[in-house]
Amino acid sequence: MKETIGILVKNHPGVLSRIAGLFTRRGYNIASIAAGVTEDPKYTRITIVAEGDKRTLDQIVHQLNKQLDVIKVIVLGKEDSVRRELALVKIEVKSAMDRLEIIEIANTFRANIVDIGKKMITAEVTGPTAKVDAFISLMSDFGIKEIARTGKIALSRGPMSIREEKEDIEWEE
Amino acid sequence: MRLTGAEMVIEALKRENVEIIFGIPGGAMIPVYDALYKSNLKHILTRHEQGAAHAADGYARATGKVGVCFATSGPGATNLTTGLATAYMDSVPVVAFTGQVPTSLIGTDAFQETDATGITMPITKYNFLVKDVKDLPRIIKEAFYIAGSGRPGPVLIDLPKDVQTAEGEFEYPDHISIEGYEPDPPVSKREVIKILDLLKEAQKPVIISGGGVIISEASDKLREFVKLTGVPVITTLMGLGSYPETDELSLGMLGMHGTRYANYAVSECDLLIAIGMRFDDRVTGKIEKFAPYAKIVHIDLDRAEIGKLVDTFLGIVGDAKRVLNILNNEIKEKNISFDFSSWHEVLRNWKEKHPLKYDLTDKEGVKPQYIVEVVGKLTHHKAIVIGEVGQSQMWAAQFYKYTEPRTHLSSGGLGTMGYGLPAAIGAKLGKPDKIVVDISGDGSFQMNIQELATIAYNKIPIVIALINNEYLGMVRQWQELFYDRRYSHTSLSGNPDFVKLAEAYGIKAKRVTKNEDVESTLKEAIESNEPYLIDFIVKKEENVFPMVPAGAPLDDMIG
Repeated sequence: MKETIGILVKNHPGVLSRIAGLFTRRGYNIASIAAGVTEDPKYTRITIVAEGDKRTLDQIVHQLNKQLDVIKVIVLGKEDSVRRELALVKIEVKSAMDRLEIIEIANTFRANIVDIGKKMITAEVTGPTAKVDAFISLMSDFGIKEIARTGKIALSRGPMSIREEKEDIEWEE
Repeated sequence: MRLTGAEMVIEALKRENVEIIFGIPGGAMIPVYDALYKSNLKHILTRHEQGAAHAADGYARATGKVGVCFATSGPGATNLTTGLATAYMDSVPVVAFTGQVPTSLIGTDAFQETDATGITMPITKYNFLVKDVKDLPRIIKEAFYIAGSGRPGPVLIDLPKDVQTAEGEFEYPDHISIEGYEPDPPVSKREVIKILDLLKEAQKPVIISGGGVIISEASDKLREFVKLTGVPVITTLMGLGSYPETDELSLGMLGMHGTRYANYAVSECDLLIAIGMRFDDRVTGKIEKFAPYAKIVHIDLDRAEIGKLVDTFLGIVGDAKRVLNILNNEIKEKNISFDFSSWHEVLRNWKEKHPLKYDLTDKEGVKPQYIVEVVGKLTHHKAIVIGEVGQSQMWAAQFYKYTEPRTHLSSGGLGTMGYGLPAAIGAKLGKPDKIVVDISGDGSFQMNIQELATIAYNKIPIVIALINNEYLGMVRQWQELFYDRRYSHTSLSGNPDFVKLAEAYGIKAKRVTKNEDVESTLKEAIESNEPYLIDFIVKKEENVFPMVPAGAPLDDMIG
């Protein structure tokens, strides 16, 4: 199973390394991790996509909750959350035809062209991981110079904030 | 009041009612030691920082209070780590202060610089690097609170030298709460009393009492529960002392070197009530075959322990004492009675048929099991006994018959050789009225042998019962049983003369080579009320039995 977990943590020095360290030393797999400050600068929100069986994922949530810097952990299911990822993709441009085609595909994906040169285009694509993957896959036909991805971030749907969400763990699969 | 950081440390320790500090000074810690010099706080200079950490740990386990140790930066901090990891694995409250290079030099590979908070992150409950003296009082308050509350554990405070010398306003908070940290969560009575329904349906129930019962001071409540219900009690290594082993409903310790009857009881039971224990692999054996017929109820303060390794039928998150109290009150209020007499009969038969045993007629050296039994007899099962790690640890666990909580100290989780001698120092200083006996193997003993100087100088009356078999005995036992007797580097030939060595430190010592002399010598040592080492020359290839081979199910025992 691959699941998305939202974690609200105190913005203490070393907090990211505490969280990441927990995953390493207990042998949990991280597919992606993204962190950024919240509406209140005293807190950081971390989104982790973790892989494992049900017992491992349960453990991940409980071990995270045990960390003193962790305020709240929630599971963000596909149906009840908005999940997005951003990627910057630098694509090789070998001909004028390629350029047009790349821009056309980018438009279809509502990707922004953020840099353009004689032999390259950098596109910014946002969306669910599957969409970002699909865009990258199409672009690989032209040749990809490099990619930077943010990892997934997610918010629950509806009016509640992470602090207000209930703590019950409900895995999707 | 205006104080320097160093003075704040000393003042805060006084506010926390710290009686004693174990430590070693060094360049980056001199300001704190200077403030200590001017105070009347007691400090024990150990001969190695590992000794300081274990002594603080031994003090904490014996008293239930927070142990405190000091070390300098760099090697001082790294030497503490084994002690901190030991305390972390066994949930022992310790606050460690380490010196650090000045903040301006952090990250420059300065002399004796090491990333103490980075290194200790996985082996502490929490740690702090203090960057501003104004945060120091709050941080110390938090450190003691974190270490001692909830599931206890070690906390490290790293103090850069310039923070120690900087001045600030000292206001020590009376109370503290930490957002997101709920050390004593409310217990749901409705959930807890479900245990009684399960117990009504059960015919063959057992309790496994772990270290959590001792930490939560729940031994009395456990005794009451057993009296009310008649459910027999097994303890883990860490739970020894939580229930008197002299009682007929005690089945002793389970696990790799547990009693046959405890392991059989777990394998046969239909309801297993696990309290404050964490299903360590040394406890469960092959986990798929653990308690195969039982519904498992798991009571633990740490939510993450429930369901970590075994599937539980009912998990209760909460303090053992609270939970047991709810159960006892409910039983008394509702006048519920239980009858497990036929199960008791089965257990009685197993106990008679499969007692812990050893061959006293074997004249090849002293019998280690006999030494432990005699210590038990002479101290009426009420001394503080410290096992080192390995064979001596297991014999100390099997044969003493513990009757009181906080009287068996052992590095259970980490299995730290060298734990015993310094832990005995902490235990004796914390509990001066108790007889303290370190049952040590010659391998473990030599891992912190330098603490003999600490014991001698401070005249700490500890009895060191050295089980000398000239081997790293437990590893040798595995090599004998599972590696065709290929004794790869387990011989300790070349040991010093431990009697002469002890005497060189100014410690009384005697050598015992015959079973007949065990009791009189131990008696002399205990009554001397002085540090005393007895070098017991035991049978070299004595084994710890019974034994569940690693990876085998619990009821598959050899020996």
